[in-house]
Amino acid sequence: MKRPLATAIVNGLLVALALLSIAPLLWMLSVSFMQAGEATHFPPPLLPSAPTLHNYHELFARAGMGRYLFNSFLVSTCVTLLALLFNTMAGYAFAKLRFAGREKTFRLLLAALVIPAQVAMMPLFLLLKQMGLVNTYMGAIVPGMATIFGIFLVRQYARSIPDELLEAARIDGAGEMRIFFQIVLPALRPILVTLAIFSFLAAWNDFMWPLIVLSDQDLQTLPVALASLSREHVQDNELMMAGSVVTIVPVLALFLVLQRHYIQGLLLGSVKG
Amino acid sequence: MGFEGEQVAQLLPEFERRNPGIHVDLQQMPVLSAHEKLLTAYAGDSLPDVTPLGNTWIPEFALLGALDPLDEEIAATPALDVADYYAGPWDSGVIDGRTYAVPWYVETRIPFYRVDLLHEAGIDKPPASWDEWRTAMAAVKRKVGPKRYAILLPLNEFEPLLNLAIHDPLLRDDGRYGNFRSAGFKRTLAFYKEIFDNDWAPKVANTAISNVWDEFGNGYYTFYVNGPWNIAEFRKRLPPSLADKWMTMPLPGPDGPGASVAGGTSFVVFRNSRHKAAAWKLIAYLSEPRVQVAFHTLTGNLPPRRSPWKDPSLANDRHARAFREQLERAVPTPKVPEWERIATELRLVGEQVANDRMTVDQAAAELDRRADAILEKRRWMLDHGGGHAAGATQ
Amino acid sequence: MKRSLAGWTFAAPALLVIAVFFFLPVVAALALSVTDFDIYALADIHNLRFVALDNYLGLLRNPLFWKTLGNTLYFVVVGVPLSIAVSLGAALLLHSKLGRFKGFFRTAFFAPVVTTVVAVAVIWRYLFHTRYGLVNWGLSWVGIDPIDWLGDPHWAMPTIIVFAVWKNFGYNMIIFLAGLQSIPEDLYEAARIDGAGPWRQFRHVTLPMLGPVLLLVGILTMSGYFQLFAEPYVMTQGGPLESTKSVLYLMYEEGFKWWNLGNASAVAFLLFVLMAAVTSAMMWFARRKGAE
Repeated sequence: MKRPLATAIVNGLLVALALLSIAPLLWMLSVSFMQAGEATHFPPPLLPSAPTLHNYHELFARAGMGRYLFNSFLVSTCVTLLALLFNTMAGYAFAKLRFAGREKTFRLLLAALVIPAQVAMMPLFLLLKQMGLVNTYMGAIVPGMATIFGIFLVRQYARSIPDELLEAARIDGAGEMRIFFQIVLPALRPILVTLAIFSFLAAWNDFMWPLIVLSDQDLQTLPVALASLSREHVQDNELMMAGSVVTIVPVLALFLVLQRHYIQGLLLGSVKG
Repeated sequence: MGFEGEQVAQLLPEFERRNPGIHVDLQQMPVLSAHEKLLTAYAGDSLPDVTPLGNTWIPEFALLGALDPLDEEIAATPALDVADYYAGPWDSGVIDGRTYAVPWYVETRIPFYRVDLLHEAGIDKPPASWDEWRTAMAAVKRKVGPKRYAILLPLNEFEPLLNLAIHDPLLRDDGRYGNFRSAGFKRTLAFYKEIFDNDWAPKVANTAISNVWDEFGNGYYTFYVNGPWNIAEFRKRLPPSLADKWMTMPLPGPDGPGASVAGGTSFVVFRNSRHKAAAWKLIAYLSEPRVQVAFHTLTGNLPPRRSPWKDPSLANDRHARAFREQLERAVPTPKVPEWERIATELRLVGEQVANDRMTVDQAAAELDRRADAILEKRRWMLDHGGGHAAGATQ
Repeated sequence: MKRSLAGWTFAAPALLVIAVFFFLPVVAALALSVTDFDIYALADIHNLRFVALDNYLGLLRNPLFWKTLGNTLYFVVVGVPLSIAVSLGAALLLHSKLGRFKGFFRTAFFAPVVTTVVAVAVIWRYLFHTRYGLVNWGLSWVGIDPIDWLGDPHWAMPTIIVFAVWKNFGYNMIIFLAGLQSIPEDLYEAARIDGAGPWRQFRHVTLPMLGPVLLLVGILTMSGYFQLFAEPYVMTQGGPLESTKSVLYLMYEEGFKWWNLGNASAVAFLLFVLMAAVTSAMMWFARRKGAE
């Protein structure tokens, strides 16, 4: 009596919401294969009448998308690797290594989470200018090398490493570095994967900072290049959609493959917090 | 920047052939963010060697000490005959008696219009004054009805209002204060407001018009006030049936033919460039009359020198004729570094007025208030004989 | 001894990065905000003037600042509850025993979160195009006239709100889901035995148990929404009639378009103060309600 109706409603809502969620993305894909100008018609077409790779060709051959793709990969990968190293070391230290001022420092870091990053952007730009890092890859990478959230994430997870394990290794005469690389890192592997995904996604999708620090067209990352393309080429919708596809597909693919880890990390980072 | 940036690439191979050893690395910039990007590049010490700079930005960059004075190079290059240049555009590159910029192309804004639609509305002669223009726009609107318009004046551009207003001084006291409460500016603003109040123009940004050239062809509007590059665009994009149904006309003023802004782009060499000699060679090359004619053919942009205009491609270009006439009445914008900012406020207040959120008097007072606030530092610097307070005003 | 040294050694690189590339600039921003650093100062530092609180006072007297604040608050006050409601709704749907293919749906709901804002804003700008957009086309089927979503000052911010909700609801949904999954079944059993229907179960079991999670999500979402920037930057450039200009957009323009770094820093700090105040208020309010 109630069951079939309720089931239908629940599943119906699920389907409707799913459609709303991914319909724009599907349509983006569809338009990217349309002929130039095809999308500026009323009524708007849902599927391309004669699918073509023309827009992608334009993007890579004339608008230099390949370069931006490379830039995004380079910057994101570097940020991820560095963030993994720095955040893990620090997170482990805050979790397991006693040192003076540990708790106070950590609380200070947590408090700083409230400060919006944009406050720091302009002086940071001037600082990097002094260091000669403006308009370089390093300029885009450097601020992301360590993040408070990353340290927090690792610390939460690292707390679950049994102290006895570490003590035993110390009694055996192992140095702290060896303990870190041979015991701690393997134990932290799940959170490392999560942290890697987080860092990569954040760096890939970052918009405001690369907009400010990378003025040279050759160095721009995908979001920045896409933004300037879209402000210039207001008319070429098909081209813009293709650009969006190129920007979104890598991270979407990464997410689809590793979603379990990503979601796990999200929970770890927020629920306990 | 923009379209010109794409086209100039075609002129570069010959330059590189004539100057082996010099390779030109062309970087394109979207027009909308060019100003921000150049300033950011300046702050980050990552400017290119040579850039075409919008004329209105020259005072700003000169003040920053970013530009290299070019008087010596100009004197040493006889082919670059100063007398051959139109006075207005050349003057926009002269700050405090030194020349910092060489005009590349000039532009000014005049109405493009649909001859056939105007004729259908009963107007056979292009309007030459605001009164005639009012009559024409009203007639067109009556004919086309509520879903189409007489004129397009995008609300997210400051050029339309600025070009209508430039015949009066917009700042006073050597650029210390705004002059927007003057009778002249108020009259312009009232005319601007009238156009929107009567629904002769749609209250839209240019992003709402998916393709300005197609819509002109569709008759969505009859008048379109814009620059010379549209000549090439219209010729390229309008269907053959409309080829002889559109024309250009000088910009009407309050009592007759009006003034317009002497815009355009001039070449500057940046002070921190390490390739100044090569940069100058490129400028000299692109300033040659023959190359200027070629550039015009590619882009429709107008040469700032008189000799290229003798070339048949320009002399016989019926659409360019109105521009040639208008250039004689083109006037530079106030040469204060803050001008870009004040022009933005002009646009924002203009948008409010067009949407009937402010009266003309309120808007004039507001513009003066904003301009005075923006110019406060300039007043302080002029009064203290400070730093590099550069630039005379109109 | 050794372990203490090790602790600092391990933490040092990250702390150094954060100190130099975050804390230091923040302090510098505070210093900048009491000067009138502008393009003249960029040219020659001697043109710099110390102005104490003039930037702050000037902003508080500037109608544009209040307008952007109003726009941002509009976005927060409407967007945050809407986003939480949709996220909670989606989480409830996914949690329900009646749903099928949960893995697929969860992925579908989360997909917008990982996409790049800029790329999706471009799509939405086109979807909501007045004449050629799918949304107006759909509306025309139900007989509604086309709405100028991004060109009409009344509709631009609502459109951006809907966009932000769509983009982010998956994120909070996951958190809610975890929260829901941690509510013991027997509580529901007890309620059912007492004769409570699904709505009353929701009100008296689910909501109270979700208290801390709701607070957390509320604070996270709110602080994220206060930092509205990318969407107006790509979709509307702050227009029309400055109806979508957020506080951070103002900061960006002041700082990077006009190089009034002094004023821009003041804007940033004012925003920070506001966010801190609202967060504290929320937490105080929650403590009073016993949710903490």
